Amino acid sequence: MSPNQMKMLKELMEISFCLLDITLFLDTHPNDEKALRLHNTFALQCQELEKQYSMEYGPIKSTSLSKYPWEYINEPWPWEIDYPKC
Amino acid sequence: MWIYEKKLQYPVQVDTCNPTLAAMILEQFGGGDGELGAAIRYLTQRYVMPTKEAKGILTDIGTEELAHWEMVGTIVWKLVEKAPLSKIKGTPFESHFASHGRSPFPHDASGVPWTATFIQSKEDPIANLYENMAAEQKARATYEALIKLSDDPGVTDTLKFLREREVVHFQRFGETLRIVEEYNDHKKVY
Repeated sequence: MSPNQMKMLKELMEISFCLLDITLFLDTHPNDEKALRLHNTFALQCQELEKQYSMEYGPIKSTSLSKYPWEYINEPWPWEIDYPKC
Repeated sequence: MWIYEKKLQYPVQVDTCNPTLAAMILEQFGGGDGELGAAIRYLTQRYVMPTKEAKGILTDIGTEELAHWEMVGTIVWKLVEKAPLSKIKGTPFESHFASHGRSPFPHDASGVPWTATFIQSKEDPIANLYENMAAEQKARATYEALIKLSDDPGVTDTLKFLREREVVHFQRFGETLRIVEEYNDHKKVY
């Protein structure tokens, strides 16, 4: 995996994690407006980053658009990636 | 329904070839307080939850546990993927290897296979939520034991992340318990 792909993937993982964590918070605090604004900001960033990443390196979901031939199955799969030090 | 995302929740960096550690990490892959049990426990308990908050949190934490199960499997795989037989023989991973080779399998660190008897689901949501809070604490304690046993810096880093998630889930389940208790109290007022 190229350094640039790794950088983008890590950014996507980071923002997805922020989105997930604030989602759990909202599940038990549905009336917290500040948290909801943060959620929506993360959601937009996540969508945008996933779009950029997918266009550059192929889809991360089987439901995304694919070029020919079917790109979703391309390696590496998540357990095959050599992640650099955090 | 679920859609797979081709990424881990947190990077799993493994610095060593270490079958012994892999055998210990399997505790969280298929053990009583492991990630598979957590996912099945929460996703099974959703149906009887009386409030929207409780239905949401069990769905989303249950889903996150599946992502953790994937991370734990990745740790185990990376620890043994390139292990030659000479590094497996004589380690606690040898008995795992006899059946499964280097493939992960959902059993605990002593080889007891995952079973639904590890979990519970009652019609009573309060009983379920107390079980879940206890489950998160037991999982936290297990991660702390694994962190003490780990001599691989990358693995330790990932275990610390997973330990922290148990703390967050415990907090969210505590809030859910309060919401459901308030709902039950409200129901009794005429």
